[in-house]
Amino acid sequence: MIYINEINAAGKIAVDDTILVKDVPATAGSKMLENFKPLFSAEAVERLEKAGYAVAGKTNVGEFGLDLMGETSYFAPETENGSLVGAAASLVASGKVKAALNVDLNGAPRRAAAVSCVDFIKPTYGTVSRYGIIACACSGEQIGVTAKNADDAKEILSVIAGHDSKDGTSLPAEKYEYSTEENVAEMKICIAKELYDAASAEVKAKIDGFAESLKKLGAKVEEVSLGMAEQAKTAWQILMSAETTNNLSRFDGVKYGYRTPEYKNIDELYVKSRSESMGFLAKATIIYGSDVLAKAKYEKCYDKSLRIRRIVCDKAREILADYDAILAPACSQVSYKPYDTADAFEKVYEESLFTAIPSITGMPAMVTKGVQLIADSYKESVLLSIAKSVEV
Amino acid sequence: MKYELVIGLETHVELSTDSKLFCSCGGHSSPKEPNDCVCPACSGMPGMLPVTNKHAIELAVKAGFMLNCKINQYTTFDKKSYYYPDLPCAYQITQWFHPICVDGSVQIGERTIGIKQIHVEEDAGKLVHDEATNTSFVDFNRTSVPLIEIVSRPDFRSSDEVIAYLKKLKSSLQFAGISECEEGAMRCDVNISVRPEGSNELGVRSEIKNMSSLSEIKDAIEFEKVRHVDAIERHTEMLVQETRRWDDVKRRTFPMRNKETAADYRYFPDPNLMPIVIDDEWLAEIKASMPATAEEKSGYYEEMGIAAKEAAVLSSDRKLSDMFDDVVAMGRSPKTVASWILTECMGQMKRLELTSLDIEPAKLARIIELVEDGEITRAAGKKVLSAVFENNVDVDKFCEENNLNAKIDNSFILETVRRVIGENDKAVADYKSGKVKAMQSIFGCIMKELKGNGDPAVIRSLLEKELNA
Repeated sequence: MIYINEINAAGKIAVDDTILVKDVPATAGSKMLENFKPLFSAEAVERLEKAGYAVAGKTNVGEFGLDLMGETSYFAPETENGSLVGAAASLVASGKVKAALNVDLNGAPRRAAAVSCVDFIKPTYGTVSRYGIIACACSGEQIGVTAKNADDAKEILSVIAGHDSKDGTSLPAEKYEYSTEENVAEMKICIAKELYDAASAEVKAKIDGFAESLKKLGAKVEEVSLGMAEQAKTAWQILMSAETTNNLSRFDGVKYGYRTPEYKNIDELYVKSRSESMGFLAKATIIYGSDVLAKAKYEKCYDKSLRIRRIVCDKAREILADYDAILAPACSQVSYKPYDTADAFEKVYEESLFTAIPSITGMPAMVTKGVQLIADSYKESVLLSIAKSVEV
Repeated sequence: MKYELVIGLETHVELSTDSKLFCSCGGHSSPKEPNDCVCPACSGMPGMLPVTNKHAIELAVKAGFMLNCKINQYTTFDKKSYYYPDLPCAYQITQWFHPICVDGSVQIGERTIGIKQIHVEEDAGKLVHDEATNTSFVDFNRTSVPLIEIVSRPDFRSSDEVIAYLKKLKSSLQFAGISECEEGAMRCDVNISVRPEGSNELGVRSEIKNMSSLSEIKDAIEFEKVRHVDAIERHTEMLVQETRRWDDVKRRTFPMRNKETAADYRYFPDPNLMPIVIDDEWLAEIKASMPATAEEKSGYYEEMGIAAKEAAVLSSDRKLSDMFDDVVAMGRSPKTVASWILTECMGQMKRLELTSLDIEPAKLARIIELVEDGEITRAAGKKVLSAVFENNVDVDKFCEENNLNAKIDNSFILETVRRVIGENDKAVADYKSGKVKAMQSIFGCIMKELKGNGDPAVIRSLLEKELNA
């Protein structure tokens, strides 16, 4: 398996282990897929290779990408100086690769970019094909780009975005033109009050500093209450877990992946193969997801979350009609220590407060200088331009 | 007390698409080897996304039109979750919340059978059990092949009605090109209960799963009727709502082992498939492409001068009626074509135990043309037809190679007649001594020599002339 330590390929692109590269093992950080070799490459990878970029290798992820930033990987949780880091973000920060492709399913690459102080852009849902992702939360997960600066992020995103007939939710535009040169001086940006209030003092200081820089450039910065942050968080948790449960159910030990060595019948094959190969967070998510999809709870949980999704979209669009972007923390802290596995589910749930709105609405988000910016659909250029403007 | 049956049917039919429902693997045309027709999508590999086969949607809408349904112009695909090795993703993509067609009906004689809904879904794979090694193998060829499930209301009151409905469904679906309805490609779940005649309440329901043979369906219904009535009248057993299967060897139904009494399939809308919106224009296009129904066809045939009974047979089967339409379109007269199909072709099908008429229409047209033009005799025509059925021979070449031409010159016939007379002294003597019947045996020998060629009337007159000379 090609992992982080073996990569030393400046100018190349690292690819998260939840994204398929033909014939290269794709484990999604799980023992379940330890020896799984895909028969085809993800569309985003194909496009990069066609454009002349080379895949440097696969970067470690937390099991199925469900965690904070990779700490639940069966293979190699990454830490630096005793703190958690994302493998791809850390590689990009060290300059060993030009950029990385990551799946943003519940904010992991955003948090990783924030703690490693690199850029990560999650484009509008449907602009980059999901073909070739080891899927969890189909209605919100999206391939994004980790890069050292806005121009690199823009360069790679331009290559991978565009319609793909193999993805039924792919939007129709063949190509997207992104810019890092929009006039930030004329922009109005709002700080999301609820998210700001929930962050640590260090994170608040980062937001304040970022806001100061924007003001210096001539932008207007105001504070706004979103009025739906908690609802977005819970609804996304329900949708994300339910879809994940359903998508992970194909890993049953029958066709490929881990199979328990001893079983008496098919039920035992299922139960033992899955129990022995999946970690705590994946199991907790599956249990939660099964529960919210149960017939008796469907109306109150899943269906209601779909309706909340619409309300959150409307509300976010309303705010983004008045402002070019929302400025918010990407996570509650500037760094994370390894924690007790049994706390993973709550921990990720709490942190998803900061990342849920772009996930549930499909709106683009960008992490730069340790903070997060959210814009309306298709407004990646606003994010890239703001990121670029504060780079120097 | 008199009892009546209350039956509802869920009928699964394979759609005639070129590819599967959500990937580009070949569709209903069944491959020969296990797992021949499989790709990463229909075998449940991670990374693959479903893309809907538009043709399947159109065929389902056609089925809706055919069964007088309301077409839902906003329709969605949903996921139904359960674990089974023949279901590679552990979910089936089906339609739960917004099925494509609802509220239709079918006329069976005097009775109207309500259609609750028609929905589109993907088929599961197949498990092959090897008793010798106590191992099960999975074959994903059938996985994701498009199906429609036609759900009737509990409107049937007898097994005869059920059979009539299924026959009608089959011929209509074949006619509209919706399904080939090949052997086993139409599967039924039969929901059955019994109640005192006149009652409005429903009795305890049994569901007999996965039936495909009409005679077994009939037998199973009759068996269940007796079982239910016995249970009610003579308390032979306590009826419970359950799923049963028909055992064709033991000629009875058995409860299926079912650990979960009420399975929770955890339905939810498939986020990978956008809702399908069938706008008025598309709907009109599909409607315009509907072929005539079997009844309509039968009517046309009668107008062409075909007897009602023959017209009904011709229109009962898509292959027969296609053959008729094609051969008539090639310039042959409808009555002649009908007779050739109903007598000669069906005769051949019976002889060779074929269930469908699959010869090339152009060949039948050519045979009829040769016979009508007097190029070959009708007997020779039958011979060619038989060769076409057996070896798909070229009609003209076969006639030439086998000297079937009826217009062979009379001198050749005369020569043969004389030779045969010379070789059959006894018969000739018999004839001359007044045994007129002896001529028949000489005639037979000549026909044999000529291999059925030549106009029998001409041969007979030449023979008479020679014998009386």
